[in-house]
Amino acid sequence: MGEIWQGLTAAFRLIVTFDADLVEITLRSLQVTLTAVAIACAIALPLGAWLAIQRFRYRRTVIALLNALMGLPPVVVGLIVYLFLSRQGPFGALNLIFTPTAMIIAQVIIVTPLIASIAHQAIRELWADYHDLLISLNATKRQRMATLIWDARRALMTAALAGFGRAIGEVGAVMIVGGNIDHVSRILTTAIALETSKGNFALALGLGFVLIGLAIAVNLMIHGLGRTEREGTW
Amino acid sequence: MTAILPLQVRAAKVRRRGKTIVGPVDLDLTDVGTTIVMGPNGAGKTTLLHMLHGLARLSGGAIAWNMPTPEAQTRQAFVFQAPVVLRRSVRDNIAYPLILHGTLKSEARQRATDWAERVGLAEALKRPATVLSGGEKQKLALARALIREPQVLFLDEPTANLDGRSTREIETILKRTAAEGTRIVMTTHNIGQARRLASEVIFLYRGRVHEATRADAFFAGPKTPEAAAFIKGDIVE
Amino acid sequence: MIRLISLIAALIWSAAAHADQMRLAVTTSFHNSGLADILLPEIQADLGLQVQLLVVGTGQALRLGRAGDVDAILVHSRAAEEAFVAEGYGTHRREIMYNDFVLVGPAGDPAAVGPQSAIGNALRRIAETQAIFVSRGDDSGTHRRELSLWASAGIGIDTADPAWYRAAGAGMGATLNVASGMGGYVLTDRASWLNFANKDGLTILFQGDPALFNQYAYLPVDPAQHAHVKHRLAQKLEGWLVSPKAQAMIGAYEIGGQRLFTPNATDADAPAEG
Repeated sequence: MGEIWQGLTAAFRLIVTFDADLVEITLRSLQVTLTAVAIACAIALPLGAWLAIQRFRYRRTVIALLNALMGLPPVVVGLIVYLFLSRQGPFGALNLIFTPTAMIIAQVIIVTPLIASIAHQAIRELWADYHDLLISLNATKRQRMATLIWDARRALMTAALAGFGRAIGEVGAVMIVGGNIDHVSRILTTAIALETSKGNFALALGLGFVLIGLAIAVNLMIHGLGRTEREGTW
Repeated sequence: MTAILPLQVRAAKVRRRGKTIVGPVDLDLTDVGTTIVMGPNGAGKTTLLHMLHGLARLSGGAIAWNMPTPEAQTRQAFVFQAPVVLRRSVRDNIAYPLILHGTLKSEARQRATDWAERVGLAEALKRPATVLSGGEKQKLALARALIREPQVLFLDEPTANLDGRSTREIETILKRTAAEGTRIVMTTHNIGQARRLASEVIFLYRGRVHEATRADAFFAGPKTPEAAAFIKGDIVE
Repeated sequence: MIRLISLIAALIWSAAAHADQMRLAVTTSFHNSGLADILLPEIQADLGLQVQLLVVGTGQALRLGRAGDVDAILVHSRAAEEAFVAEGYGTHRREIMYNDFVLVGPAGDPAAVGPQSAIGNALRRIAETQAIFVSRGDDSGTHRRELSLWASAGIGIDTADPAWYRAAGAGMGATLNVASGMGGYVLTDRASWLNFANKDGLTILFQGDPALFNQYAYLPVDPAQHAHVKHRLAQKLEGWLVSPKAQAMIGAYEIGGQRLFTPNATDADAPAEG
């Protein structure tokens, strides 16, 4: 119990003193995860929409695969990405290993199936409603996807937030591909792991509270943005 | 503008899961008036409309418009029994078909505003369409169908679940639309509505056209016993 | 004025563009000592070299060096290091300093390792009483050293009952956390122990046996294997680490009044010129 209290005070102290290291790793956490989620959405939303409207032979297989990939252990993703980006790997020449870019790549792989799966679910329901109208209006495939993505935007925002939640709290993959290098690739979760390994539970816990606060703040902000859109019902 | 009509339907059939839902149907549709499709539940009225509009795949026979089918489809519109409303404002719902067509957003919105006024939705322009009443949703669907100024308008039971006032408003719009030269093909259960609107009647029974004739002739002397019973208000299976 | 601005801009630009960077894989035990926090700013100041540390176990450090993902490694597992050089992945092995391992356990010392004369006897006491012992179990330098100590004591640890011999499969800090949670014995380097904050009932029970000395060596990755590695910078860093100034800093580093490392770099194992 005392440790948790110390953690809270550590978090409080870090925040009110605007600790330079804390600001740096928090911003890097946000930068990595927001970029990863943005890229993942750019892939996953059209993919989810496409899977909803397109009938093809292996559609069910692809959807099952997507759902299975949601449970992919981040450590495995990290290891695979490491092997690809390592100087000995096929993309070694790009010199991306142990950089924030490598961490973004790993997080994109981790959250894309999650976002695509939730997006597909939401868009499939909407497509059942819109099917006749869009066919009647001769909307092209691209127009159908765009309409469905726009009209399902609230559900898709939830999908994106789920992706954000998984990515911001992830440590296994980014530890391997980022290397947790101070001032280069250290983010909140890897810093927490490091402090825990040093036995500095209070500081680790403090960083943990900062992480939770950050996740809550981003969620509130996104929901706030959604609400200013005047319509409250969809 | 090239005319989309006349329409020739020859031995057209729609089958689903081995069962014939509609057809074989032979039908000619010429360029003026309002055709009301009547018949008991399960006669295949909705499927017939879907078939003519190209929403239901033909299992046999042919449908020939006075122009290639893809082009003809862009000059038709369809209003569904349960109105489909997009999760957008009333104005953006009505403008949607124009946007799909590549019309500039500002122009599309202007024309949507005009159409909203014509169907009595001027007040609701910026409201989310999903909160409209049933009657308002159907008027929105009508405006959205009419904004591309189709030559043929299909309606499937457009007033089925509406109160008297909404029904009257929709009928007024339909009369005006027909008067302006749009060919209307609609189904209804409401015999009074059929009498008020129809210039032609198609009586559909068990997937086949039993009668296709001028409305006054149909109501004065139906040629088949099923039609006669239907007009009288008897239960026809 | 314009000339001044452009001069400043050029200085900033060159500082940004030419700030040399290299990657050094180090063991958790070295990093946990806190010595890096003292040395890195001095390296930056003296050489204009920014050393990026990858803190991993010795096993992973050697892997990173083999893959060419780091420019040099600083580890403590002599046999593995010599193999690394023999296989051609490292140019040479340069001893920098040593610290020592200590045997930590619950203050009550149920296996009575404290009075033992040598580490072998202490370990035998633990095995005989089946007192809980927490092993790193992660192929790190510390883990390898622990295994060789068991072997020298004549105990077949491979077949030990997991009821008392627990392999944590984790870094030094995490393993210490496990030991403190279970009230077990654990072999740790002194630096990690002194910096560890969650001691919670554990204390040093056995130390000082020369068999517990822990030699750190610096191995530059061979550019013949990986042309992209920054060998020149790796050599520069080696030169600094063995310099009198750095060796003095290492020798002077203390935690809580205790000296952690003994510098022992000599020119004897300096690489041949050429």
